Amino acid sequence: MENRIALKKGLRDGIPIALGYFAVAFSLGFMAKKCSLSPIQGFIGSFFTRASAGEYGVYTLVLQDAGYLSVVAMSLITNLRYLLMSTALSQKFSKNTSLFKRILTGCCVTDEIFGISIAYPGYLNPYYTYGAFLISTPMWALGTTMGIIAGSVLPARIVSALSVALYGMFIAIIIPPSKKNKAVLIAVASSFILSYVARNSETVKKLQLSSGTVTILLTIFISALAALIKPIDNTPKNDNEENRKEQK
Amino acid sequence: MTHSTWIYIILMILTTNFIRIIPLTLIRSEIKNRFIVSFLYYVPYVTLAVMTFPAITEATDSPLAGLIALFSGIIAAWMGLSLFPVSVLCCLIVFILELFI
Repeated sequence: MENRIALKKGLRDGIPIALGYFAVAFSLGFMAKKCSLSPIQGFIGSFFTRASAGEYGVYTLVLQDAGYLSVVAMSLITNLRYLLMSTALSQKFSKNTSLFKRILTGCCVTDEIFGISIAYPGYLNPYYTYGAFLISTPMWALGTTMGIIAGSVLPARIVSALSVALYGMFIAIIIPPSKKNKAVLIAVASSFILSYVARNSETVKKLQLSSGTVTILLTIFISALAALIKPIDNTPKNDNEENRKEQK
Repeated sequence: MTHSTWIYIILMILTTNFIRIIPLTLIRSEIKNRFIVSFLYYVPYVTLAVMTFPAITEATDSPLAGLIALFSGIIAAWMGLSLFPVSVLCCLIVFILELFI
């Protein structure tokens, strides 16, 4: 009974997430289309992965025909934050939560679902997370598929305009913490500059590094440097609060 | 194409969910190492920034339109607009600019 209430609550709280997902996934579908994914590949990939930046990164690797190892590295790096989120979520479970429920809840983690799950009063009832997952995931997968199909139907001018939607989302994620935290601002600005330099670097061209590999290397380098120069005090909590605010 | 797209997708699915599951099943206490916590904190922002620029200028037909969309997006987000409005704004700016460029 208690589980059913939690499930219903999750389904309800998942509605706005589902709507947002559809829109973002639609523009992700455009990228996937450019990287020559089929609608069914987009659906399966999105349904089981559910990670905008991660999927985007991997799809660019598909386009570049990069090695399989770089797909694993890309998935690890672009989704490292899930490691942090799942770690935070592990503190929300009551001690007797079964291994199966832990695994299932883990698979549900996205920025948004983590945000509402961590805000659940008291111990997390996994059914709440399942509810949000059940309503939002089909929309994420469907959005990707529709984007891939629409990418070949819509006029070039509209496709060009919609291609920046995903970047718009990325910008909206990185700017608010940059405004609040100078270290993040400097890290973001350095990322822009170094990414641009790497893109036009003769050395990178000579070494034949794919842009995906460059993304991974730059991320590790800049993040490690930032962590050394400006270590932070109690991050997981800060992150949770930000996610919670976005939800409201 | 020498690699299979399906294998790319399967590797992506396995790796991404592996990261999600591992901490929930293995790590039952909080990460204490300050460097690792700090590193994990910066990673999402740095990755997204690296992936946004200069890629946004290559996604549009006109690189200039992409660049202006980037700056407009940054200003809009700085002024407090949330994900969806910023995204729509960037699209509109590219659409309007490319009518003229």
